[in-house]
Amino acid sequence: MSVPTIAPIEPALKVVEELSPVTEGQIIPLLQRLQDVYGYLPRNVVLDVARRTGLPASRVYGVATFYAQFRLKPGGRHTVRCCRGTACHVRGGKTVLNAVKSELCIDDGETTEDMKFSLETVACLGTCFLAPVIMVNNDYFGSMTPGRIKNVLDKYK
Amino acid sequence: MSYPKFAAPQDLERFRKQAVEAEKRFRARVLICTTGCRSKGALEVCEALRARLGASGLDKDVAVIGAGCHGQCSLAPAVVIEPWNYLYGGVTPEDVAEIIETTLRQGKPVERLCDKANGKPAPTMGEAPFYRKQKREVLAHCGRVDPKKIEDAIARGAYVAAAKALSTMTPELVIDEVRESGLRGRGGAGFFTGVKWGFCRKAPGRPKYLICNADEGDPGAFMDRALLEGVPHQVLEGMIIAAYAIGASHGFVYVRAEYPIAVEHVGIAIRQARECGLLGKNILGSGFDFDLEVRMGAGAFVCGEETALIASLEGKRGMPRARPPFPVNQGYMDKPTTINNVETLANVPLIIEKGKDWYKTLGTPGNTGTKIFALAGKVNNTGLVEVQIGTTLREIIYDIGGGIAENRQFKAAQTGGPSGGCIPATFLDLPIDYDSLKKIGAIMGSGGLIVMDENTCMVDMARFFMDFVQQESCGKCVPCRVGTRHMLDILTRICSGEGQEGDIERLEQLGREIKAAALCGLGQTAPNPVLTTIQYFREEYEEHIRLKRCPAKECRGLFRYRIDEKACKACGLCRKHCPVQAIKGEKKVPHVIDQERCTLCGTCLEKCTFSAVLKV
Repeated sequence: MSVPTIAPIEPALKVVEELSPVTEGQIIPLLQRLQDVYGYLPRNVVLDVARRTGLPASRVYGVATFYAQFRLKPGGRHTVRCCRGTACHVRGGKTVLNAVKSELCIDDGETTEDMKFSLETVACLGTCFLAPVIMVNNDYFGSMTPGRIKNVLDKYK
Repeated sequence: MSYPKFAAPQDLERFRKQAVEAEKRFRARVLICTTGCRSKGALEVCEALRARLGASGLDKDVAVIGAGCHGQCSLAPAVVIEPWNYLYGGVTPEDVAEIIETTLRQGKPVERLCDKANGKPAPTMGEAPFYRKQKREVLAHCGRVDPKKIEDAIARGAYVAAAKALSTMTPELVIDEVRESGLRGRGGAGFFTGVKWGFCRKAPGRPKYLICNADEGDPGAFMDRALLEGVPHQVLEGMIIAAYAIGASHGFVYVRAEYPIAVEHVGIAIRQARECGLLGKNILGSGFDFDLEVRMGAGAFVCGEETALIASLEGKRGMPRARPPFPVNQGYMDKPTTINNVETLANVPLIIEKGKDWYKTLGTPGNTGTKIFALAGKVNNTGLVEVQIGTTLREIIYDIGGGIAENRQFKAAQTGGPSGGCIPATFLDLPIDYDSLKKIGAIMGSGGLIVMDENTCMVDMARFFMDFVQQESCGKCVPCRVGTRHMLDILTRICSGEGQEGDIERLEQLGREIKAAALCGLGQTAPNPVLTTIQYFREEYEEHIRLKRCPAKECRGLFRYRIDEKACKACGLCRKHCPVQAIKGEKKVPHVIDQERCTLCGTCLEKCTFSAVLKV
């Protein structure tokens, strides 16, 4: 088990100041901005922000753990998103996902040991004409096949 | 660019005339889809075209516009050139020189980039088979305007309907018009929009709120994304009219975070509309105040359900609550709230501008208007299709969609995402509307239409949707949280060849009970894909359970790969690419797959150029 890192608090204070006064209704926008800044939601930052804004930490954590968008652990340098939408599924999305998993040796929601890649599945990317589709960071790769996975991922190594 | 503030409808009209005039200085407009097609390099095409036109001095009279979706996504990147209405597909930066020379200088089509009809090039959108049977009313301007410029939208009549409603109609009259037009919610349940507005208007309590539900979660549906990205002002206009009708002063656009372009375009549209005085205090001098803000969803499918969406807006976990009270009485902050889907709101300006009688000429009685379908899956022409309600599946899939990919056999169409059902071939000629779909166990839903062929396993399909619902179940009520888990476990075991006698009956019983007992729409409709596949494809379930065979050869463990000795040329491609070295063979000796090692990844099948790898 690695020692939890303490993230600097200053960027979070700026976010809080911009949104101030932070009401309960703004917990989701608040967490979205914090995640934009840090790439994930560091524990010490969330607790500190909760204390400063007067929002119960339990409420903030309740929201952070409910929504799929929020991560509580740092992600890898590159994020691979596999679409598990219906169109991708009928065109063989499952075999593509399996190929990504075995290429990176990680499961959905995990990060490689060298912190290079994180793997996520998404409900639908809304680009069904590219099915099956994966995204690496902001790049789309359509009409994927298991055989093409290594080639695509190698570009980011 | 800064915009003037319109104090009265006359200012809007004056601005519209100026915008129309300003456009006339271009003799041609090149409209490149830079939303969905961005993923296939549309931005590079746009840049190349701009650079080359600039170099040749044509940029003064040819406008290059990064527009919204043209509809036929299988042509990506798709380009439309006005005034000829030529539609080009698969355009690359290398094609730019030819487009400039042939089309923009000589006015002729570049035939090799055109779609084909009966083997002949169909250069214009009117000729292309994909568009001929469509009735593009809501999508009329999608792909025809620059979504980042309000003047483009206004030149095509945006906000005329809002001005008409605010200056010449009472809110009650607006509600009557929409109710009598027969418009039904395009998000799923198909409730009459005008009736909903009427309830909200009459509900006591202030302030009232309007929410545009753009949390398009159904996998396989992308019409709301296209509308927000391509014609954001049409949606805003619908919201202004709706807010006026129900008496709301504040609104939200709740959009998925997975749609960054939509978020960006709606944000720009709101800023511009505010600058023009179309949002804010005293809109167009009518005394009506309305403003709105964008909120991003955080990746929870259940937030498409209206009470969960409200909880999410209030900063809570997105869990639904029991209805009644309905949101029209107690919604956001316990105040009367109307929630309409994007496509519904995009219909509203058309109804107000052209009238309910015109609207009723579209569709069928009781199911008026058009519906946008997101056509995807194993069909040749994928994309957004807008047809009159009451069009048959056959027309959509064969005439518009160009039939099944690789000439395979149609097996089923799935509508309505995880809440919908699978429609078998016997219903290909059934006119599709809210009521007819309900009768056969499916739902219209948001309009995702996924086509499946003989290689799609229906049991696996049911398992796929159940897995989806299981992951997205919020966990609040037992029938959904535990019941769908049980259904998923049974389906998983059937798909892995461990199905037991009685499993089908168990699924049916669980499905009926979950439908009756679940708290919200997600749970109540979750069994639909399972129940419809059992109803129409029971023999596939039985084959999985009794013979341990998957007829579509999709379920892992119920098929294997084998190399046909006669067809194998011993080229070694499969052996080279197999990631687990499961293929043995030498030069001139037909290869063999070691079934113990094989992980069923399918790479050999994909790589073989002689079709020697078979699924058995």
